[in-house]
Amino acid sequence: MSVLSRNQMAWRAAQDLPDGGVVNLGLGMPVLVSNYMPADRDIFLQSENGILGVGPEAEDGYEDRNLVDAGSRRITLRAGASIVDSASSFAMIRGGHIDVTILGAFEVAVNGDLANWDSRVPDKGPLVGGAMDLAAGAKSTWTLMQYNTRDGAPRLRHACSLPLTAPGCVKRVYTDIAVVEVRVGGFVATEIIPTISAEDLRARTGAPIAIAGDCRPLVAPMIEG
Amino acid sequence: MAIDKRVQSAADGIGPVKDGAVVMVSGFGGAGFANILQDTLLEIGPRDITLVANSATHPFSHTHKLVEAGLVAKVIVTAARGRGSDLSPFELLWRDGKIELECVPQGSFSERIRAGGAGIPAFFTPAGYGTDLCAGKEVREFNGRPHVLETAITGDLALIRGDCGDRYGNVSFRFTQMNFGHAMATACAHTVVEVREALDEAMPQEEVQLPGVYVNSVVAVGGEP
Repeated sequence: MSVLSRNQMAWRAAQDLPDGGVVNLGLGMPVLVSNYMPADRDIFLQSENGILGVGPEAEDGYEDRNLVDAGSRRITLRAGASIVDSASSFAMIRGGHIDVTILGAFEVAVNGDLANWDSRVPDKGPLVGGAMDLAAGAKSTWTLMQYNTRDGAPRLRHACSLPLTAPGCVKRVYTDIAVVEVRVGGFVATEIIPTISAEDLRARTGAPIAIAGDCRPLVAPMIEG
Repeated sequence: MAIDKRVQSAADGIGPVKDGAVVMVSGFGGAGFANILQDTLLEIGPRDITLVANSATHPFSHTHKLVEAGLVAKVIVTAARGRGSDLSPFELLWRDGKIELECVPQGSFSERIRAGGAGIPAFFTPAGYGTDLCAGKEVREFNGRPHVLETAITGDLALIRGDCGDRYGNVSFRFTQMNFGHAMATACAHTVVEVREALDEAMPQEEVQLPGVYVNSVVAVGGEP
């Protein structure tokens, strides 16, 4: 089995979401997680613009331009959903009422520091949105990202080289080749794809990484796209 | 005399706007942009305004018209990045040093506005601590965790989009149209709400989401729900 696709990475992260939990998915790849929620778990998706209970994207002809999620997608609501204003939504986020947030990331440091909002593109303006609030306020912050950059540089590092989103917040990292926990002692791989050795993984990591004693193969079902 | 906050035109609702005014504009992701009021503000043409809005670059919001016309000296936003690699009107001015930018985490943005409307001059939050956006801000430790001091934002004029309004200034919103509208209405000296429909009689009390005490003028502009 080769590296996981974006959809397979999203599927893998979805399998760990807690039953009955409240989950906020960041823009980009994390939103794909909503397509793979385990059917036996009842989970509420929160969107920073005030929705608790985001449902599937609206079908053609049934969109309402006043019903959008944080990524401006025209969506539906699930049973039991509610809507509040932005200040109340961020009180929910910052007050510790979100169980898990899954965010995209540029870099994660060995102490859990997260860099995911500013890649320093010249002249392009900043866009922070709710990333800092989610990272600081959610009970658990997970990231979903490729293990390495397009140029092969490690995204798991001793320290972030890009501007921080929040210090010490990341608990777990889902990638295309491994699932990694950020523990007090540093990075610990808990799942690795079968075609990569521990040596390969270490070579692709920018900081020491331990292999968990119960480390398992990282596998996901075939998914179109 | 019976209260009637309904006005015939957006210009009647906004009235004179002084140069240097702080103007808040609601809207997020295509929902709740007060575009008719923004077009009217463009015609009124105050100079050197400070614009408080979620985004300086959202293509669906007419904030970009105000920016492009050179009316805006400063923006307080959570997003200022145009889509794609081309530079947006805001980014062009920003690159050339012709507009000031204060980028704020969205939870601190909405809470600063809420605080402004609630008589709270400042508050501490862990969100943003240790990041470039909060560099230089006062830090205090609570419960063993560092927090940054954030100050309230108040404004001269709020431009809000709602669904229905009534003669008493009560307003309802459709789904996520509410976003920043509620907090901004509370934080500004003069609040104008453009609504799809202005009712002759009081709206049912259980439908009121923004109480009339925060609203100075309601203008019906029609449009789809």
